[in-house]
Amino acid sequence: MPSDTNRAIEAVWRIESAKLIAGLARMVGDIGLAEDLAQDALVAALERWPESGVPDNPGAWLMATAKHRGIDLVRRRAMLERKHAELGYELEAQQEAAVPDLDAALDDDVGDDLLRLMFTACHPVLSTEARVALTLRLLGGLTTAEIARAFLVPESTIGQRIVRAKRTLAEVRVPFEVPRAADRAARLASVLEVIYLVFNEGYAATAGDDWIRPELCEDALRLGRILAELLPQEAEVHGLVALMEIQASRLKARLGPSGEPVLLLDQDRARWDHLLVTRGLAALARAEELGGTLGPYALQAAIAACHAHARAPEETDWTRITALYDALAQLSPSPVVELNRAVAYGMAFGPSAGLEIVDVLTSEPRLATYHLLPSVRGDLLAKLGRWDEARTELERAASLTRNARERALLLERARACAVHRTD
Amino acid sequence: MRFMMLVIPKVYENAPADFVPPADLVAKMTKYNQSLTKAGVLLGLDGLAPPAKAARVQFTGGRPKVTDGPFTEAKEVVGGYWIIQVKSKDEAVEWAKRAPMLDGDIIEVRQVQEISDFPPDVQKAAGR
Repeated sequence: MPSDTNRAIEAVWRIESAKLIAGLARMVGDIGLAEDLAQDALVAALERWPESGVPDNPGAWLMATAKHRGIDLVRRRAMLERKHAELGYELEAQQEAAVPDLDAALDDDVGDDLLRLMFTACHPVLSTEARVALTLRLLGGLTTAEIARAFLVPESTIGQRIVRAKRTLAEVRVPFEVPRAADRAARLASVLEVIYLVFNEGYAATAGDDWIRPELCEDALRLGRILAELLPQEAEVHGLVALMEIQASRLKARLGPSGEPVLLLDQDRARWDHLLVTRGLAALARAEELGGTLGPYALQAAIAACHAHARAPEETDWTRITALYDALAQLSPSPVVELNRAVAYGMAFGPSAGLEIVDVLTSEPRLATYHLLPSVRGDLLAKLGRWDEARTELERAASLTRNARERALLLERARACAVHRTD
Repeated sequence: MRFMMLVIPKVYENAPADFVPPADLVAKMTKYNQSLTKAGVLLGLDGLAPPAKAARVQFTGGRPKVTDGPFTEAKEVVGGYWIIQVKSKDEAVEWAKRAPMLDGDIIEVRQVQEISDFPPDVQKAAGR
């Protein structure tokens, strides 16, 4: 049982760690080292605070302690460099060090350490998995154990993933900065992708016994909200936040009494979280106010908002949703978007209209093992009264999903088709 | 986890109906609110008008009885709230400790109850 002070320290760490690591990373130019220094400060707090009490400004205390250690380290390095200089390395080392700094001073439009940390943790040189782990660890303040639990992988796997990611960033010498105009859009897209990936793993777990893991959704929302404050002029950041807030508003309604998924149109809308709906609609309004064409996240948020506005399923403006999906399919075409577009067309213009789009997708190799394709197709076939085909598709969907709850639901729907057939 | 941090300002026990908080306190509070927003934890907040403008509906013997404010006997009157989303009660408490409060003020940190915390029969009564 941890003491009150230890629990207080844990809480302080949760609040301060990202800022601490970000500030230190700017100082030492290496996020791995920055995290080590921050951890050292945490250890110092764990040693001293139980005796001395938690200081009035615990964040400042941690920062001062870590900086102190950082300065020692930088001094030691400087000494080492002087030794190298005697061997003739100095000029080269200085030039290498000076160039990025000067650029940063001239060209860095956002001087925020946290933002630099986000961009660095989501650097494209890293695998997506590594970006996710590093972001949750450095910015979400999650422990390796917590990340491992969330993604149902061994703790050692996550630990190694993080160590390797930090090593890669150091080896490739990824500068600790906010990317310049040229790569900014692509780099921002990577940050948004990582956040949404975390959210989605919580919203519709790809594996395991639980269909949703709300804590991951909360982690992603927190990261998204932080980013929206750091980049208030980026419409897509607000678009992503809007999308996550509105989707998260349905979390409780998406789960039946025994943990089974409840589909959107079957949900009890009274159980949607209206605080999150309001926040989502406000974030979408912010994205729209910034002008320009809506990006993919904002478009998805606008679709989610159509559902949020409908007090009952039959009040849903499906025609508007098809228009939004048409725009989304143009902007970022993907088989999954196409599948959703098919669902919307099915609702707006009848199951045949939906099936027409779905049937094109059945030859799409990227959807060959995607359970939602036969699930949607089965649904549309059932609406057309083609029960045998519908049942086959739903059974196929059940065999493809890796989630136990979802499989049970699909099999139940398949059985319902069989009943209809004998009627 | 979601928590409500209820502000119980000492000054509200006797505040007149036209009471407004001083500008310097509002400035500090705004800064604090921004720190909650920047940390991604703030879901909502409100400040409440003084109890002198309030009414109390008291249920005695099964009947509602209405009393208009101010309430002379009242102690620990709520003055506003924040709703935050955090990982633990300790984190909520840590945020509460950072609020710019005056001497004698109280912040009560209360976890928002979820229907899923209730036993099945109570969940059923709630329409689950």
